[in-house]
Amino acid sequence: MPDLPPRVKPFRGPETKESLPEWLDQRTGWKPMLHTLLNERIPGGARWSYVFGSGLLFILLSQVVTGIFLAMYYVPSADHAHTTIAYLMKVVSDGAFLRSIHSYGASIMIILLVVHLTQTFLFGSYKGRRELLWLAGLVLFALVLGMAFTGYLLPWDERSYFATAVGTNVMSEVPVVGQWLKLAMRGGAGMGTLTISRFFVLHVFLLPAALLIFVGAHLLLFQKATPAGSPSAHPVAPRGKTGMFYPKQLVLDAAFALLLIVILALLAYFVPKALGPAANPADTQFIPRPEWYYRPIFQWLKYWEGPLAVVGILVIPGILTALLVGLPFYDRSPERRPWKRPVAVSVYSVVLLGLIALGIISYHVDNSNPAIRMQLRRQDIAEEQFMRQPFQPEMAGGTVAATAPQTTVASPLIAQGKQIFETKGCVACHGEGGAGTAMAIKLIGISQKLSSDQLEDLVRHPNATMTAGGMPAFPLSDDEMKALIAYLDSLK
Amino acid sequence: MSSENNQENENAGLPPVPSAPPAPRDASRRRFIGWLLGIVGAVVAVLLCIPLVRLVLYPLFAKTGEAGWSDLGPAEQYHSLAVPLRRVVKIQDIDGWRQTISQHVVYVTEGPQGNLRVLTAVCPHLGCEVAWNPQLNEFKCPCHGGTFKASGKYISGPPPRGMDTLPIMVRNGRLMVRYEYFRNLVPEKEVIG
Repeated sequence: MPDLPPRVKPFRGPETKESLPEWLDQRTGWKPMLHTLLNERIPGGARWSYVFGSGLLFILLSQVVTGIFLAMYYVPSADHAHTTIAYLMKVVSDGAFLRSIHSYGASIMIILLVVHLTQTFLFGSYKGRRELLWLAGLVLFALVLGMAFTGYLLPWDERSYFATAVGTNVMSEVPVVGQWLKLAMRGGAGMGTLTISRFFVLHVFLLPAALLIFVGAHLLLFQKATPAGSPSAHPVAPRGKTGMFYPKQLVLDAAFALLLIVILALLAYFVPKALGPAANPADTQFIPRPEWYYRPIFQWLKYWEGPLAVVGILVIPGILTALLVGLPFYDRSPERRPWKRPVAVSVYSVVLLGLIALGIISYHVDNSNPAIRMQLRRQDIAEEQFMRQPFQPEMAGGTVAATAPQTTVASPLIAQGKQIFETKGCVACHGEGGAGTAMAIKLIGISQKLSSDQLEDLVRHPNATMTAGGMPAFPLSDDEMKALIAYLDSLK
Repeated sequence: MSSENNQENENAGLPPVPSAPPAPRDASRRRFIGWLLGIVGAVVAVLLCIPLVRLVLYPLFAKTGEAGWSDLGPAEQYHSLAVPLRRVVKIQDIDGWRQTISQHVVYVTEGPQGNLRVLTAVCPHLGCEVAWNPQLNEFKCPCHGGTFKASGKYISGPPPRGMDTLPIMVRNGRLMVRYEYFRNLVPEKEVIG
């Protein structure tokens, strides 16, 4: 007998016993991926002090979700922004709650960022081929500060308007490009509706896109570098006991995330964020103050006025930034334990404590000046009062009497013309006070486009377009016509 | 806590190869914690979705308020009317955070049996505002000359029907009217909004 070909199982269609996870795994490879993530080794084992990075990721997710839902009601323009936020907070179910979560979330994020940075610094976790990981983290810090700055303006109330006016003014102090930077940021010399559009685009499109990219980079680089773990471990080749990420560290991370939600929810529920009265650029009484996380910089800038300003605004922050950015490049020693790195830890502590002190001084200065304290208190009270008032919808266009000019009828001739306008039916199509309707054009300001003779001619003999739109010829007497034209002239 | 330390000790010294299979006893523990995290996570996620869903669905359940009834003042001032009275009603439309107010002219008049009726001033012909002409004692449309009786009944001219009546009611002694729009150029009254 000739050799039989090797047995081939006949094709029997898709494997019926295959479970959905298996099916997905064969196509995506999610199982080994998850395995790699969960079994990541942490030198020295899981600890509470490693929860801040994942906590930041969690809050970022919360900001993205709440932000998207807030955008469902928000309109980025100077004449609607404040109304839409007031509507969201006073009328829409859970609007105040979710806006408060978003707003407090920004504060918590900055606290966590400082803690995460401090922990990375103290534990020397930037060492050992982690330069890019460190740099991506610093970019994320800058992006989050940018998000806080741009998002703050969007409600367009007194507080946010004036704080951002000051914030953008500070930019103009930067030498050479400062003035231009401020104009580009504001979209003009003053703060206006173009400023809102720009801040909105930054807050909702550009900065989140950059955040997404750098969060991805940060996580990939972290995956490659592996957790640094305990400060006693070697930065490149850790020895000694290790613990896996799963389950203990994941449980700690999840517990921390839960704690963050509970804190945010309690704050948002019991101390909801307020919205102040709409921004009034003419208000000269208002004392602008930034949100707490910008207070240290705010206070710092006060000390640098006149010719030395460039030192305080550019040179010193520039040196500190360069020190921070270059840290993993010039600090090459493998030593990670903070007590063996007195210089680095001292410099970091001085800067951090200095910033905290500046923030405290800023509040102290405000509190010890009675005039400022009283005005700040008045501003708080104005906010509380505004929040207690019921929501006032915005008057919109259309056949709207509210937008029609309240013409005080000056002369009897104009009064007579007004009566003709109303009784001859002009008002039916051209609207009260000539404000215009869907059926016919607005007549306010018509006298600037047409002379009295032209107007008279058109009322007596409408052109083809007007006739098609339903405008009849009005055979008025000369006196009536004179009065009507006088009335039309008065509509400005 | 002691079991955690045991696990860390067991793993101590192992090369950092993630594919090292966990011990069988450990595997069941890992599975249990996985389920626990999954269930707690799902419960928390559902709770967090509640305010989001409420925010999104708010407009569906928002009260629309006074269903469009406008106040025309005390009903008794309209007893035994000699001539139709011109009144301007304001219609508020709430559109989310916007409010539109439109003004419309109506006439309070008497029907054939002496009952109160409210007519819209919009001519059923082409929508001009019909005016009461006291000299002729009839309504006259300024645009194309349609005329109507004080009750709104059609007399002459291009309009296809008489002036349209609006729904009314008397509440707490006040005459209320619900303003409506009607299709023009058709012989039968037809509400369009």
